[in-house]
Amino acid sequence: MPTEYREKMTGAQIIIETLIEQGVTDVFGYPGGQVLDIYDALYEAQGRINHVLTAHEQGAAHAADGYSRVTGKVGVVIATSGPGATNLVTGIATAMLDSIPMVAITGNVSSSLIGKDSFQEINITGVTMPITKHNYFVTDVNELADTIREAFQIAKSGRPGPVLVDVTRDVQAAFGDYTKKEIVEPFLQDIASDDDIDEAVKLINESQRPYIYIGGGAAGAGMTKAIMEFAEKIDGYIGCSFMGLSAFPNSYNRFLGMQGMHGEYASSMANKAADLIIGIGVRFSDRATGNVDKYAQKAKIIQLDTDISEINKNVKVDVGIIGDIVSSFSRIAERCNKNKHPQWQVLVEALVEDSKMILETVEKNVGEKMTPKKIFDVINDVKDKDTIIATDVGQHQMWTAQFAKFERTRRFASSGGLGTMGYGLGAAIGAQIASGDRVVLITGDGSFGMNLNELATAVSYNVPVVIVLMNNGSLGMVRQWQTIFYEKRYSSTVLDRKTDFVKLTEAFGAKACRVKTIDEFRQAFETAMQTDGPYLIDVVIDINESVLPMLPPGGSIDDIIVSRKLGG
Amino acid sequence: MKRFVIAVYVENKYGVLARVTGMFMRKGFNIDSLTVGATENPEYSRITITLNGDDYAREQLINQLKKLFNVKIVKLLETETTVERELLLIKVKNTTENRDEIINTADKCSAKIIDNTTDTICVEVTGEPITIDAFIQKMKPLGIVEMCRTGVVALESSRNIMDK
Repeated sequence: MPTEYREKMTGAQIIIETLIEQGVTDVFGYPGGQVLDIYDALYEAQGRINHVLTAHEQGAAHAADGYSRVTGKVGVVIATSGPGATNLVTGIATAMLDSIPMVAITGNVSSSLIGKDSFQEINITGVTMPITKHNYFVTDVNELADTIREAFQIAKSGRPGPVLVDVTRDVQAAFGDYTKKEIVEPFLQDIASDDDIDEAVKLINESQRPYIYIGGGAAGAGMTKAIMEFAEKIDGYIGCSFMGLSAFPNSYNRFLGMQGMHGEYASSMANKAADLIIGIGVRFSDRATGNVDKYAQKAKIIQLDTDISEINKNVKVDVGIIGDIVSSFSRIAERCNKNKHPQWQVLVEALVEDSKMILETVEKNVGEKMTPKKIFDVINDVKDKDTIIATDVGQHQMWTAQFAKFERTRRFASSGGLGTMGYGLGAAIGAQIASGDRVVLITGDGSFGMNLNELATAVSYNVPVVIVLMNNGSLGMVRQWQTIFYEKRYSSTVLDRKTDFVKLTEAFGAKACRVKTIDEFRQAFETAMQTDGPYLIDVVIDINESVLPMLPPGGSIDDIIVSRKLGG
Repeated sequence: MKRFVIAVYVENKYGVLARVTGMFMRKGFNIDSLTVGATENPEYSRITITLNGDDYAREQLINQLKKLFNVKIVKLLETETTVERELLLIKVKNTTENRDEIINTADKCSAKIIDNTTDTICVEVTGEPITIDAFIQKMKPLGIVEMCRTGVVALESSRNIMDK
């Protein structure tokens, strides 16, 4: 290396330089005693890298996650040792379960104080081992830059995920060499064998009722157009898991929507009716398949995944295609025959009709009442194709999955795998900062109460996020289960709190209003969508609104529940 | 239920053993034995795992191991072409009635008497796990005071060399 490119820097400076070198433009975090050096280096690097200060480390981790979901870039979060690091844990686990690329950098106490229960010391690499793809404990300043590079490489290779780098304080302060390097490329992935590809092509060509089931892997790999062309070619239909939402425009006539527990009847039934299921970047999770013993009994299954451990994990498949799903898929797609399956088309069209009828049954006789469906009709009408939707977790999240209309990829940020209440606001802020586009956060009074402190962040950075708080005064999803499965024994789910979300939001310095009718909601939502900065709409809804249809846990599509009269 | 022997080549890095054993716990694998030790290359350690399970458990175990970043090679060892050894240290009650049988059995199993006190006889047995099982079986009625098995180490027979 020519000496002019080599520089002596402190470990903290090396961290920031390496982040900049790896293309990072924004980081989320919260300072503290053991990251003082890193924050000093950030101060020095102002203008070259943007730091967003959140109200809590968990919010910072969710923001880095939301940032990644809408861009595909690696989200970066920084926190101090001890409580700072443990506050990241839920955010890291959320990213892990949804395969979101993230690099978390934590400070730790100096090497000489490690293992002594020193002030704010915690073994965060031990804590996060099960919830990261990999993690590092760095005790040598000269390994720092390459470790961070490797962390980025692991985070974005194959099935993405979070990587944590814990750096002791003495390493941050020590001087070491830094040499600028290129942005790391992901590791090369496995290439599927020709035999497996042949076998998949054979099954597809023989199939009379092909169903394409896509998940977060396909959504994240930018395969929308290729899958659409493939569906046209083989005359198949597409459904998705929760993580596959926003990968296909809802208006696309071959897209049947999300399947599973709260999914569309049509896509769930298509699994049962199909003779072949082609799973792409999807893990056949329990929420999407129901009881696996009753799942897709008539169908052969092809599964494409870059993660070898996903093949045969949840369902036994006939052909497992291991390796880069984009290249495997294009090899399969180009060799499949063009086909027509008029009978399948008639069957699916009938299922779509049934799906509509079920929804109509649910919405029947609601009169003037403001139902979740009506709320989403307004949201879909007012938002544009670039609007991002973030959610928390609960009934509002499932209503979003059922009713929100997406028109392009990467416009959805929601905790699917871990189901993290309190995820939404942080993620919405991260997603907005990443994209510059307006974000609508759909939340509930339960979830919002968990991390509403991030309103402070939204106000400080004037983030245009419209918060639609579906307020039913209860923990609606759990209450719904108590209604159906626990004989309405409402244990700890009716909140009956006196929180005034409008005043609360105003106290944080943001605008807010409360609405009780759908007309008021439309007016408020239109205003909010034009407002510069955060805006909360407290939407008062009926406590007995339920997410329907619903497949009971451990059940199958045959056990579908459609009745509205639950809590009544 | 079948018995599987899996050899794992891992980098000698921070927390590797914890990563491997943590994964077993997380995924609910029930491991029979696990040994870890140095290899011909100082940068790598070799872990030998024996597992009783079905084909699903075997496939998942191997695939989950492959995902761990510090794991370089995972190989299922075929029973027919694999040499397995285990070491047992066992202390048995030393009585006039016992003594001959302990010494005779040790002799038959090519085991070594490594310590002999008025109270106990300590024997070192090396062999295939079934030999160890049999030896323990024989000692049980004589009164086992204390024992310790190392767990299985295994190498494929000389023609098969792990591709590194």
